[in-house]
Amino acid sequence: MATHTPQLHAVDAPGEQITAEAQRAADDARLGWERFQELIEQDKRVEPRDWMPNNYRKTLVRQVSQHAHSEIIGMQPEGNWITRAPSLKRKAVLMAKVQDEAGHGLYLYSAAETLGTSRDQMYQQLYTGQAKYSSIFNYPARTWADIGAIGWLVDGAAITNQVPLCRASYGPYGRAMVRICKEESFHQRQGWEILYTLSHGTEEQKQMAQNAVDRFYGPALQMFGPPDDESPNSQQSMAWKIKRFSNDDLRQRFVDMIVPQAEALGLTLPDPDLKWNQKRGHYDYGDLDWEEFFSVVKGTGPLSHQRLAHYRAARDDGAWVREAAAAYAAKQAEADRGSALLRA
Amino acid sequence: MSEALGFTAADSATRISAGEAITPEELRSAGAQADEDTARYALILGDDSLILAQRLGHWISRAPELEEDIALGNIALDLLGHARFFLTYAGTAWGKTEDDLAYFREEDEFRSARLVEQDNGDFAKTIARQLVFSFYAHELYRRLVDSSDQTLAAIADKALKEVAYHQDHAGQWLLRLAGGTDESRQRMQAGLEAVWAYVEELFADVEPTAELAGTGVAVLPSSLRENVMNGLRHLIDQAGLEMPDVKAAFGADRTGRFSEQRGHILTEMQVLARRHPGATW
Repeated sequence: MATHTPQLHAVDAPGEQITAEAQRAADDARLGWERFQELIEQDKRVEPRDWMPNNYRKTLVRQVSQHAHSEIIGMQPEGNWITRAPSLKRKAVLMAKVQDEAGHGLYLYSAAETLGTSRDQMYQQLYTGQAKYSSIFNYPARTWADIGAIGWLVDGAAITNQVPLCRASYGPYGRAMVRICKEESFHQRQGWEILYTLSHGTEEQKQMAQNAVDRFYGPALQMFGPPDDESPNSQQSMAWKIKRFSNDDLRQRFVDMIVPQAEALGLTLPDPDLKWNQKRGHYDYGDLDWEEFFSVVKGTGPLSHQRLAHYRAARDDGAWVREAAAAYAAKQAEADRGSALLRA
Repeated sequence: MSEALGFTAADSATRISAGEAITPEELRSAGAQADEDTARYALILGDDSLILAQRLGHWISRAPELEEDIALGNIALDLLGHARFFLTYAGTAWGKTEDDLAYFREEDEFRSARLVEQDNGDFAKTIARQLVFSFYAHELYRRLVDSSDQTLAAIADKALKEVAYHQDHAGQWLLRLAGGTDESRQRMQAGLEAVWAYVEELFADVEPTAELAGTGVAVLPSSLRENVMNGLRHLIDQAGLEMPDVKAAFGADRTGRFSEQRGHILTEMQVLARRHPGATW
């Protein structure tokens, strides 16, 4: 962090005379840098109009757009059960939930847009497969209980990750996260409630619930990212106060939260090494399959191809609608200009 | 026990209606009781909304733009809400729940119109289906608020505000697609043609609507035709499109005897509930 200095190319170019204009730009950048440092140190918000280092901007765009993409791709596994939800009430709640995810995608794309990257650019990055999204969504939602497990474990992990982000140093991101966290905590409750109902239902339902938890537990723990010693971007993000806690700290916090919740559900977590460690005041948990994780992250997840193909098909099928809407808006604007001229 | 987790079972995550709006659960606990004919009428109204919600639910994550994922999802959610009210009320006549009626009736026992059963097609066909249904539903609920049956009137009052928005959504897209590009104009016209054969069924005075209209409980479907068709004609004219010249499909009686789509819709919708009869979800 301390080694990071603002790039003052305007004055660094060799052999050129320092013009008054270049000097002014350099002064502005230096002032901007000082103010940025001050905001970070004093735990204040950086706003879109503020000067910020390029890497801070890039890191944020990457993180916020990845989060937005995760919301969008995350609509697919849950959407897979809307038409088959086993009661009308569950169907309504699931529809509302998937709609919320779309809304989260919108807030987050908007937050990223304040950093100068357009929604279309971000769509394009997702479409071409350049952009990443949470690898958990490359797993299938096979049974109704998976909808419960996604709510309880996946949204639960997301909240654990996201609550500290409400204090992220970048204002628009932090503020978007406040609203998202409120809705996510509602989602987690509905997931827990689905599993609770199943685990107190018929033997088959209970088995369905246990099976879903068995499949989602490991990938949910991996949502916090690789272990701290293998997470290259974490330290800088923490110094910039975008991220507040390390991957392993958040993962521990999540494990500590879900163990009693699993007990209340009457379901077991598939980890023989899981036990309370009195000395640490935390639950110890076993090693995760990081080979699988890195394979899924690199795009060879069980459903990576399907998720991307689904997204692309929706974009392709809708292209003519977006073109029509744009053409119509342009014609309307033209007509408005025409009538304004007539009035004038 | 769950209090320790920071939330309680009573703090239900599945209560979706906001504010002072009534919920299907409240309707049930309020002790409203439908007679047999009123229940059969409520099934007609509920099945249309349920099947259309089921169709629209498929759009979520597949819409042309993120805002449309939200809009179509929202409309589906509204319609599902209407269906839950009507089916809950219908169920009071037979001691059945909304889920008994939605998940355990056979294909021939549903009373949905073929219009709402039509597959989504492209976005234009979906909009055409939305346009017709929302004009019909708006006119229907506008009149049903005066029903002599207090429960139907209350449901209509809630639904009316929502279908007004659905009408606006479909109408705006009609204008946009008709006035957009050549392709969108052709697709919108084709969408209207594709659904038009099934419009007439909405106005069929099927059992027991005629009897119930006589006592002020129901709105006679055929009495909706003029206003609905005038409204549609006006908007289609405004969009510069042609009113489709398509004759009504035979069998406008909502029985399902003349539908292939209904079976597929129900197969998908009912599969899980039927695999676990008697289970609670």
